[in-house]
Amino acid sequence: MKDCHSKSNVGSAPEQIGKRHWRALEELAGSPQFQELLEREFPRHASEWSDPVTRRKFLMLMGASFALAGISGCSPQAPIGEILPYAKQPEQMVPGKALQFATASTLGGYATGILVKSHEGRPTKIEGNPGHPASLGATDAFSQAEILGLYDPDRSQAVTYRGQPRSWSDAQIEFRKSLQALRANQGRGLAILTQTITSPTLADQLAGDTSRFKHDFPAAQWIQYESAHSNNRHDGARLAFGELVDTLYDFSSAEIVVALDADFMGLGPAHLRYTREFMAKRRAAGTVGGPAMNRLYVAESCPTVTGAAADHRVPMRAADVLQFALALAGELKLPNVQPVGAQYQRWVAAIAKDLNAHRGASLVIAGDSQPPIVHAIAHALNDALGNVGHTVKYIAPVEANPRDQFADLKTLVDDMSAGRVEMLVILGGNPVYDAPTDLDFATQLQHVPRRVHLGLYQDETAEKCDWHLPQAHFLEAWGDARAFDGTVSIQQPLIAPLYNGLSAIEVLSALFEPAGSPGYEIVQSYWRRNWSQATGAGDFESGWKRTLHDGVIAGSAAQPRTGLSVSTNWESASSPPTSAHGALELVFHADPTVYDGRFANNGWLQELPKPITKLTWDNAVLISPSLAEALHITQTVGINGGEHGQGITSLVELESGDRKLRAAAWIVPGHADDSVTLHLGYGRTAAGQTGNGAGFNANELRTAAAPWFAPDVKIRKLDESYTLACTQVHHSMEGRDPVHAFTYDEFAKDSQVLANSLSEEHREYQSQLVPGASIQEKKSAEADPRMEPLTLYPGYDYSAPKNKWGMAIDLSSCTGCNGCVVACQAENNIPVVGKTEVTRGREMHWLRIDRYYEGHTENPTTYFQPVPCMHCENAPCELVCPVGATVHSADGLNDMVYNRCVGTRYCSNNCPYKVRRFNFLEYTDFHTESLKLGRNPNVTVRSRGVMEKCTYCVQRIRGAQIDSEVSGKPMVDGDVVTACQAACPAQAIIFGDMNDPNSRVSKMKAEPLNYGLLAELNTRPRTTYLAALRNPNPELAD
Amino acid sequence: MAGTPSHPSNDFAELEPAVLAPGHTFASVTDKISAIVLTRPASRGWWFGLVVSFSLVMVLLTTITYLLVVGVGVWGINIPIAWGFAIVNFVWWIGIGHAGTLISAILLLLHQEWRTSINRFAEAMTLFAVACAGVFPLLHMGRPWFFYWLLPYPNTMKLWPQFRSPLVWDCFAVSTYFTVSLLFWYVGLIPDMATLRDNSRSRFGRIAYGFLAMGWRGSARHWRRYEVAYLIMAGLATPLVVSVHTVVSFDFCVANMPGWHTTIFPPYFVAGAIYSGFAMVLVLAIPLRYFYGLKDFITDQHLQNMAKVMLATCMIVGYGYGLEAFMSWYSDNPYEEYVIHNRMTGAYAWSYWLLILCNVAIPQILWSKRARSYVPLLFCVALVVLVGMWLERFVIVVTSLQRDFLPSSWGMYSPTFWDWSMFLGTIGLFFCLLFLFLRLLPAISMSEMRELVEEVEGPEAHAH
Repeated sequence: MKDCHSKSNVGSAPEQIGKRHWRALEELAGSPQFQELLEREFPRHASEWSDPVTRRKFLMLMGASFALAGISGCSPQAPIGEILPYAKQPEQMVPGKALQFATASTLGGYATGILVKSHEGRPTKIEGNPGHPASLGATDAFSQAEILGLYDPDRSQAVTYRGQPRSWSDAQIEFRKSLQALRANQGRGLAILTQTITSPTLADQLAGDTSRFKHDFPAAQWIQYESAHSNNRHDGARLAFGELVDTLYDFSSAEIVVALDADFMGLGPAHLRYTREFMAKRRAAGTVGGPAMNRLYVAESCPTVTGAAADHRVPMRAADVLQFALALAGELKLPNVQPVGAQYQRWVAAIAKDLNAHRGASLVIAGDSQPPIVHAIAHALNDALGNVGHTVKYIAPVEANPRDQFADLKTLVDDMSAGRVEMLVILGGNPVYDAPTDLDFATQLQHVPRRVHLGLYQDETAEKCDWHLPQAHFLEAWGDARAFDGTVSIQQPLIAPLYNGLSAIEVLSALFEPAGSPGYEIVQSYWRRNWSQATGAGDFESGWKRTLHDGVIAGSAAQPRTGLSVSTNWESASSPPTSAHGALELVFHADPTVYDGRFANNGWLQELPKPITKLTWDNAVLISPSLAEALHITQTVGINGGEHGQGITSLVELESGDRKLRAAAWIVPGHADDSVTLHLGYGRTAAGQTGNGAGFNANELRTAAAPWFAPDVKIRKLDESYTLACTQVHHSMEGRDPVHAFTYDEFAKDSQVLANSLSEEHREYQSQLVPGASIQEKKSAEADPRMEPLTLYPGYDYSAPKNKWGMAIDLSSCTGCNGCVVACQAENNIPVVGKTEVTRGREMHWLRIDRYYEGHTENPTTYFQPVPCMHCENAPCELVCPVGATVHSADGLNDMVYNRCVGTRYCSNNCPYKVRRFNFLEYTDFHTESLKLGRNPNVTVRSRGVMEKCTYCVQRIRGAQIDSEVSGKPMVDGDVVTACQAACPAQAIIFGDMNDPNSRVSKMKAEPLNYGLLAELNTRPRTTYLAALRNPNPELAD
Repeated sequence: MAGTPSHPSNDFAELEPAVLAPGHTFASVTDKISAIVLTRPASRGWWFGLVVSFSLVMVLLTTITYLLVVGVGVWGINIPIAWGFAIVNFVWWIGIGHAGTLISAILLLLHQEWRTSINRFAEAMTLFAVACAGVFPLLHMGRPWFFYWLLPYPNTMKLWPQFRSPLVWDCFAVSTYFTVSLLFWYVGLIPDMATLRDNSRSRFGRIAYGFLAMGWRGSARHWRRYEVAYLIMAGLATPLVVSVHTVVSFDFCVANMPGWHTTIFPPYFVAGAIYSGFAMVLVLAIPLRYFYGLKDFITDQHLQNMAKVMLATCMIVGYGYGLEAFMSWYSDNPYEEYVIHNRMTGAYAWSYWLLILCNVAIPQILWSKRARSYVPLLFCVALVVLVGMWLERFVIVVTSLQRDFLPSSWGMYSPTFWDWSMFLGTIGLFFCLLFLFLRLLPAISMSEMRELVEEVEGPEAHAH
């Protein structure tokens, strides 16, 4: 069996290790002998034993008992007794060595495969699972932040009845009583409300053929609701094909991509994979002699990371995307399309030409928030362009029960208000907070006599329910989930429930099975029953072990559907509510950091600057610059943090129908003019101490009829200002070109375009200063002439066998998605400072993503630039530190010695990149016990008064070096992967040894687009950038 | 009493405007100066001043306590502006101290007799200003309890300070400066201590002053050694006038920040230091001579001379500002150009133009002799210069850091309550020490004044 990844080299983990450790211990735990030992609270009372105890036996039992303590996990009570080392090392467990276990995180029901690093039984870090189709080794910010979610001290910790603590058995007795009564009635009046479910086990429990729930309560309802879920794509598929299908895209062979309000690189069950595929093509095109570059057109209202990566972004109201799609369809001569206004003619003509020129290698994608007809048009376009089977595949829906969740919830609320619901069991989710406001869910909920809520937090819904049950975090429970392509992952727990929680699977079993079973048994027995059907392979035992190790059930991906025929009968499509041209629409989006509000209490995500706006701790009504001008909204910076923290803006009042909301406005260049955007997930009142009171609740304006864009809203400026914590208010590069950008055509014509663009003056100056070397001769080594050392002294010798670590970041690939930022925060124990401190310009992220705009504010080009420490060869910080707390290592790292730092902050002043972060106050929480469990034990936790900054994940470097020394095997490229690099879905960040000419980083740095940020200062940065390439259509050139 | 070799005394008195009112004898000088300490009761004004300044000292102590408990985050500093009021105030106070050393050491070596009546309290001012200045670099550290890591002391870790850092040089420069100033001041005080010992009516006074007088008996040998020691101390202190602020300016010009990285800083900082120092001497001397009736000793001529020094340094400093702007243009370096542009037009433009107004424009009035001799105006100009010099440091520290290389990390800074309380607290400390000094030690050097009497009045002054 092989279900444990030893450190990072996933593929090469020795066979026959891993999950047996868990299972074996559990089996041991089950044996009467050990149960007895446990009951006797061994080892404290070991001396009571009447047998003569030999030292050997004593230590053996002692060790076993500690190992059993490992099964019960880090329960809040510390084991009582003397601490002795293991007499016999549990298999694989080497103190100080992390183990990795494969599991899956879910968002919106869909799985992303992850590998969780566990230090002595404590999960501390999440990495992507390279073997999982939705991850390919990458993770997004949400998955990364689940570690903090697990240890969140605000998590619900006890079963409560109307706020009073109860036990699980009290609850079970009570529920069984209620269910007994309902059972007589065929279950009429029983409703179960879950979030979107792809989990085969859960679906089986709720709707399977052998489901006790279905058998005993045939008239009971199962409803799913998730506020960020949209069924438009399913309805669109039904419109196009007459049946439900999911669409899979293959960007690796798509040359032209048209995204119709589709943020395929930002959100969605496959966004990591799509980013990887799309950006791999970009990267390849940016090398000399590489293939031609793909091209991305995006039509959208509010700028997203996908829009920011686009070669052409067409800002328009979300409601106008339909017109745009129709115009495109008309241009491509689709049947049944009425010619529409010439508004987008210029764009549409060029895009259509491009698409036609790349038949079979193009893609048209409709966004989930767009109405079904837009999806149907996209399907028809893909069909007409011959993309089906090449870049587009169809599979049976992955969701267990794809439904229009808003409609279902409305039916449930109607039932509740009519008194037809006797008992409502809410398994996860927070409908009181996030149900559309017109349903008035919270009020109608009070008509249900028995209200049960299972959740991670005592949230808004828990407050309105009489029973609240603490849910086990997915890192604490067994489960399963499907990825976007149907691939199944088994979720295995990394730690016993910290707060005595149960998973939804276990609760369902406890409610409806004669005897409730533990999650492990339920999940395993489901798969035992369905193994051959799901995988086509026979042997369950070995397959199960393999699955736990790999994180996926091999062969469980859905088979592509073929033979679908597209109907273009548009007339039957119900048209969404549209507003007259010129009227303002309000667009809702899931938030890029707190999603639908479920992450509202996660400090890492709250403090994460949103990709485009760089706002933290708040959402805002995002408006275009010209709308702001019309409304006289002025945006200034405060004097405390200025552009680096404190944005001061006006409050506005939004009015949609008879509902009003006061919220802060924020100007976003590139936003469509007649449109405003408000992200979901804010304005929580019972999120916890971190999330309460942050931002404005979009759900107060959201209706079930128009959940994605509401027409005809009114906006009014109020005479009040509001402070937003924005880490980068400044937009412009000020002509300083921190990001060098070229078009693909420029690069294709002359690969030396970067070197040529760096000013001639500088090169002359350089050639005077470097004796005997003309720039032309030197150019072979560095594309950026400014990177040549300006010194008469011999440099430090970094030659092999030493390492010379370096990093290269490809600005063409970076989408600004923030995965790296949270990965860095999780890896390096970076504290959260809170909104006030962010407004003072004191956020602590070691890695920040700078965002710059170029061009007109109505539709600028957006560039992202991740900025970690540059590890300068001539580091300005090292020169000025009076105590030598920041010094150069023998392998060229700019090390920070926390112990030695006295906190003069001179280094930060002298750092041209301003990547240093200072603990102005005691930012690290040294008091909350649960948070201590989640910290990386290999990274110092910094206290007040100490400077810190990116270390290139020095703990990983040293770990790999030690492993190499112990094993005697020389290190190879890829042995050291920094946290940011590992997380990056675009593989924009490459780290490695510059002494190895074949390492990926050396190759990146040898490319002609490589340049050093502010290299003219002769800092000689080790982190370099590859200039951003965009591939605009020459026909659309202004 | 023996004096230094004297000039032809009466000529001097006639040729030069008076630096001592006529008619004084050795005894009258001694009585008049020592009376403040020994006989005259403390005035209400003195008590009022002491109470106010002592309250501010309490504010300082509260601030320091809070700062140590919570951390430097109580101030408004951030990233990118990691230095704020603490460094501004440090440089300002150190600068103020310079006038004292200049007056006592350089003017002594240059035989500028007029310095005699102001050197004692100017030196005291130096000490107190350096004490106030020293509070800031110590407490602005994130972990001030490890301040001694900046000193090269033998330790088990075999770690030394990082000698390339200007902050280490600063540490040496400021501590040397404080030590030399203290010794110089104390050596000069010894004969006066003996006078106070001999004239004191209280037993405590006799013991205390006697202890401090170190057995001074006024023998010729004592005088000779005293004179030699004093001259040597003056010689040692002289380079410090130039070096200390030069080193302080290295804190900035060694860094590569646009707006800091400039070779003009050392001379321009020294000039600025003397400028603000003389302004502070004027601000102290004018009320002092008014309230204690010392117009005979600190004459209008003193004020005139100091005004002239201020005018000269004002021109140097103004030249510095001009050259900064010129060099930023001449360098053709976009970052340098932008920093000056931002200073003049950016968010902190008010501070730059106020600085030009205070430091360059208003002091031009000192060209007029009438203005120089109108004491209330002189007092006001001196105050304005003190504000201007503080603003100069604010402009250098804050506006350079505010917008450096990468537009993404541009920020702003605003002082918090604790920034202000710390600053006001050190002003309180300064004046509190000064008030105590006035009551406990002779504010004007009696022994040197007696020399001056001999020079001005001739040897017959003994007879009166």
